[in-house]
Amino acid sequence: MAEGKLCNRKPINTEEELKELMADRGGRKYYEEMESLDVDQDALWSSIRKTFLSRLKTWIEICARCGMCADSCFFYLANDKDPTQVPSYKIQSTLGEIVRKKGKVDNEFMRMTMDTAWSKCTCCNRCAIYCPFGIDMGVMFSYVRGLCFSQGFVPWEMKIGSGMHRVYRAQMDVTTEDWVDTVEFEEEGIEDEYPGMKIPVDKENADILYTLNAREAKHYPEDISEAAILFNLAGENWTVPSEGWEETSLTMFAGDWEGCKMQVENVYDAMDRLKPKRMVVTECGHAYRATILEGPYWAGLKSGKTPIESIHYVEWVAEVLRSGKLKIDPSKKIKEPVTLQDSCNYIRNGGLREVTREIMSYLAEDFREMTPCKDHNFCCGGGGGLNGIGRYHKQRNAGLKVKRDQILATGAKFVIAPCHNCWDAIRDMEGIYKIGIKWSFLKPLLLDMAIIPDHFKPEEE
Amino acid sequence: MYQFVTGPLAWLAFGVFFIGLIVRTVLYIKGLNWKMDRVTYGVNTKYGVKGAFRSVISWILPFGTHGWRSHPVFTVITFVFHLSLLISAIFLPAHNYILKQKWGVSLITIPEAVGDIMAIAVMIAVVLFIIRRIALTEVRIITTAYDYLILLIAVAPFVTGFIAYHQFFDYELWVILHILSGELMLIAIPFTKLSHFVLFFLSRIQIGMDFGIKRGGMKNSGFVW
Repeated sequence: MAEGKLCNRKPINTEEELKELMADRGGRKYYEEMESLDVDQDALWSSIRKTFLSRLKTWIEICARCGMCADSCFFYLANDKDPTQVPSYKIQSTLGEIVRKKGKVDNEFMRMTMDTAWSKCTCCNRCAIYCPFGIDMGVMFSYVRGLCFSQGFVPWEMKIGSGMHRVYRAQMDVTTEDWVDTVEFEEEGIEDEYPGMKIPVDKENADILYTLNAREAKHYPEDISEAAILFNLAGENWTVPSEGWEETSLTMFAGDWEGCKMQVENVYDAMDRLKPKRMVVTECGHAYRATILEGPYWAGLKSGKTPIESIHYVEWVAEVLRSGKLKIDPSKKIKEPVTLQDSCNYIRNGGLREVTREIMSYLAEDFREMTPCKDHNFCCGGGGGLNGIGRYHKQRNAGLKVKRDQILATGAKFVIAPCHNCWDAIRDMEGIYKIGIKWSFLKPLLLDMAIIPDHFKPEEE
Repeated sequence: MYQFVTGPLAWLAFGVFFIGLIVRTVLYIKGLNWKMDRVTYGVNTKYGVKGAFRSVISWILPFGTHGWRSHPVFTVITFVFHLSLLISAIFLPAHNYILKQKWGVSLITIPEAVGDIMAIAVMIAVVLFIIRRIALTEVRIITTAYDYLILLIAVAPFVTGFIAYHQFFDYELWVILHILSGELMLIAIPFTKLSHFVLFFLSRIQIGMDFGIKRGGMKNSGFVW
């Protein structure tokens, strides 16, 4: 059965394979090879028979074709109500067909399915809450991504992302040495400014194990410093692990379930090794979803929970502001109108709508909700890995319009986005549509507003 | 003929209906898998039950969810259709008369005139459903012949019953057609997407447990459907 050198059914497990794939700029050769990649129909059908169980089967079967899901989907709204963007249509014309044809689908069909699964659905799960039967097309598209991945029909960047996790246990090529070096470098930086502040690595029995997004280590190390300063200001007994520090999961976006398991087990091992009381994860949506909500299932933990209690950064922030461990200078509260981007992965799918509002009550004088918001908020437009896939930039950029209009309608020009994907999408939105907005994570804002205890202030010379 | 359709055939239809629905329920529950569905149904059950309850209650109330509220016309038609269909089928005096005759039991009944209005309501609703399927592009694109067949199966007992009741044509013939179409619907329920008779509840319970257990139900005051 024909497979390409770069585009094939095998996941990437070595640095050499990864480098070779990355050398194919933009995935030109990769996508060319994809056009002649054979579908292993027997394997596809056998996989469906094992994994397409009553929940999914029922969803595909009983869909009443009522169309109530249509305007729940931001892609449908952003594309002038194009009927081919109706969630029910998207899933029935892909997964529905694969099932009805018992896996007997060809290369062209699989490429169409791939394009649909990654460029017409961000797995935000909003349609699920507008379907009277509770049919969750986001869950089904995540399942479809898994089928596509196993057949080699996966966007180039997603294949690379999955390979990164498999090789480095991080979404980017950050080795343990790179990571520890970065932490040490950042520690020196903050010590200059705040005498005595540390970033403890591999400290056992800490109250908090902090884990983050490899992008912070690779591209935004200041985020690590900010987190460190805030933990220190709040007087936390905390640490970062030298191994198992990466929370994100491009494997989840890619549908690489085996890779997902490898990644989260790396983090859970750090919990076992260092025995902290709790884990706090950075301001990232899908990382929280992957490692805290879905991860225990990939790892086969019957409790459905991580080995130790794990919370999102917004929960920690609400906690320290509520308890007064971190004090905000009231005169520094945000005065201009400000709005908040609800990340699908920890608001709709993680139940944190209330703590985020609590945070806003401490930080903002003129907080304005988007409409809709909380559990019903729209995806930023860049979720599910879409921000990072060159092949679908046009579709991503079109989808951003819904969020753009939601932000503009609040009258606020400042968006707090405690999620990497949302943050990126909003940054790109400003670049494309130039609506004159600012955007920020929570950490830099908290740092600006926090009252610094005297013992952390540099001594007068 | 009348004896046959109200005798053995009725037994068969009700048998297929009840056993079929039990089988569907058992198969659905047996096919749930905590690891594949990624919901710990059996561990955090308290949160699951709460989530399931919210999920079902919100959606069986007209305008009880954002979804219903954002489609007000469709919501009214849908609830009128389902309520009329169920209430008239179960509580019509004529149906209970047969029940009493055959099995010696009967339920409370609605006035005949109300049953008549409900039959008209079901027929109008089905016509509106069909118009909606043709007129709205987002519904047209997902509509198949199967969806029309389902509507036909659902409306047939009401059309035939209405004609028989008002004796527009040959009563003997139309009452038998009415009974046959009713029995066809009963038999079709477990085998077609009319199985949402029970799968609506099972599916709503499942997604309610999902949101109640894994997707935030342990962290907030419950999902707002």
